[in-house]
Amino acid sequence: MTGRAAVLGALGALLLIAACDQRMIKQDKDIVWGESKLFEDGKVVQAPPPGTVARGELAYEATLGERPAMSAALLARGQERFDIFCSPCHSRLGDGEGMIVQRGMPHPPSFHSQRLREAPDEHFLQVIANGYGAMYSYASRVPPTDRWAIVAYIRALQLSQNVEVAALPADARERLEGAGR
Amino acid sequence: MIAAAASVVGLLVVGGGVVRSDYMTRQDVVREQPVPFSHQHHVAGLGLDCRYCHTSVEESATAGFPPTHTCMTCHSQIWTDAPLLEPVRKSLATGTPLRWTWVNKLPQFVYFNHSIHVAKGVGCVTCHGRVDTMPLMRRAQPLLMQWCLDCHRNPAPNLRPREAVFDMTWTPPADAEAFGKTLVERYHIDVGNLTHCYICHR
Repeated sequence: MTGRAAVLGALGALLLIAACDQRMIKQDKDIVWGESKLFEDGKVVQAPPPGTVARGELAYEATLGERPAMSAALLARGQERFDIFCSPCHSRLGDGEGMIVQRGMPHPPSFHSQRLREAPDEHFLQVIANGYGAMYSYASRVPPTDRWAIVAYIRALQLSQNVEVAALPADARERLEGAGR
Repeated sequence: MIAAAASVVGLLVVGGGVVRSDYMTRQDVVREQPVPFSHQHHVAGLGLDCRYCHTSVEESATAGFPPTHTCMTCHSQIWTDAPLLEPVRKSLATGTPLRWTWVNKLPQFVYFNHSIHVAKGVGCVTCHGRVDTMPLMRRAQPLLMQWCLDCHRNPAPNLRPREAVFDMTWTPPADAEAFGKTLVERYHIDVGNLTHCYICHR
């Protein structure tokens, strides 16, 4: 008798567990990066039709036309973005000896050449947006305001390797002389 | 009767255990992928920042899957005829995205936002584990509601300075508890608010 009760109880419990069908985990809605039943190519994230101008896009692109004022915050942002997107090839120093170059990527020019020291800001903006040689475009990864920040930081890097000792602030000059160089 | 009750309780206990098991949560289960991409190689070996590929993690709900264009930024030049990368080259040539298997997938009634976690000092490692040690990707945490709530009730132990969010090897200072509390204040984290239902379910 107790055996039968145990079996019945177990069956009852099985029914309880069977009720734990959590259908809401997967709903009939499209989620970013998921698969779409609505669009033929199966992508949820669709490219806008050709010629579309997104709201705010013109103002966003317009920031490329005007050089932002130099500030410590701009340089800090530039350093962060440079280290993320540029340093793999250009190295944190900007000499083009980055890790990916060591693994076989063609050597990019050093930022510390006379040619690139004299290059206008627009040159770097163009290269970030459109690529250059083996370098792909970074337009989709680095937004316009960040491109300016990176250009500012490239200028700081160039200065770091090519500055008159007399132009250094007193404390930096003292440290340099203390290092005996 | 006692036997019946015992078997009900037993099954519920076993059932509860199964639901929380790695088998069900898929924790630490390596998933099949179209390309055996190694985070260990790209993060620890090459030193790439998480944001090089997951570009939207600071501004969006999702961290973003890199388009094939990102892979080919380097692989148009490196390992150009490696058979393992054939699906990547084909994807670029045909404009068809790679179909990765989702590793950290949440139930669709959960509205998770990466950007707010990053902005408030939750490190990538806290939820995704040391991906720099994972040759193949796996889920590092169970992603159960209990696990989310543990942190939403008491976030301090899981916070780090914003500058260290993407750092794989950051460790808290000796006075970790006090340090976490200062971060709760610095980032204006309203702890009592974090356990409201609508925070995650909308």
